[in-house]
Amino acid sequence: MLKESIGKRSEKVKNTIERGAVRKFAEAISDPSPLFLDEKAGKESKYGKNIAPATFPVTFDAGSIPDLKLPSQGLIHGEQIYHYNRPLFVGEEVYCWMEVKDYYEKSGNFGDMGFLVITKYGEDAEGALLFTEERIVIINEAARKGMPV
Amino acid sequence: MKQLKAFQLGESVPEITLAPVARLDLIKYAGASGDFNPIHTIDAEAEKAGLPGIIAHGMWTMGNLAKLFTPYLDEGFIQDYSIRFRGMVFIDDVITLKASIAEKQPERLTFTVQAVNQQGKDVLKGNIVFSL
Repeated sequence: MLKESIGKRSEKVKNTIERGAVRKFAEAISDPSPLFLDEKAGKESKYGKNIAPATFPVTFDAGSIPDLKLPSQGLIHGEQIYHYNRPLFVGEEVYCWMEVKDYYEKSGNFGDMGFLVITKYGEDAEGALLFTEERIVIINEAARKGMPV
Repeated sequence: MKQLKAFQLGESVPEITLAPVARLDLIKYAGASGDFNPIHTIDAEAEKAGLPGIIAHGMWTMGNLAKLFTPYLDEGFIQDYSIRFRGMVFIDDVITLKASIAEKQPERLTFTVQAVNQQGKDVLKGNIVFSL
């Protein structure tokens, strides 16, 4: 059951912030700022390099949480919360892992809903935290009933 | 361009209205983000999931919303960005992005941010803390 997943985490995975991936992402959200894309503009900025858009961590591989099986349908993305200690730099390596932070159920107009909180962490090579990305997924009753226990 | 730190409480950054949502936008976002859930790109799959048609990735809209702050990134960075997804975005929807200052401190500005559809309904709402 999902409640038993609380506290489970994935192994760390190394991600490299590739210039081409940042370009593709910035273009997909129509935000092609020179600060993200142009090497010269990055050098001349206060950061001294290019940075990545705030929601870029959705592209990071953070491994998989053992025994966490979610239904393929009936999931709703409820909330998404980022916290940054500094912007992410193009070219740098980020080590990501994730954890089931919480799971709780509430009843509402659409029956009982499950709320699964998954937090992704991004660290530098020394293990200093760069950002967290928290995702709250809402799972409806029908989907939960179809889940393997 | 006016600096963000010169903005007053309640003041808004210039709004952005996006072009009507097109299937190609979502195909591009699927590729760039790695989220290939077919309810965002394939009609039959969206219908199978009980939807009237394909819907935008919530993260596509959230990614777009952050660009209100891109012109100011040489002044500071987005420290916190929290969003609650409140409504679905369909093909041909026209989304307007808005942000206004809710709290002002010397080193951090807190904004209420929202994405609103052509019916005036919030599809996304939340906060951005901009660190100066």
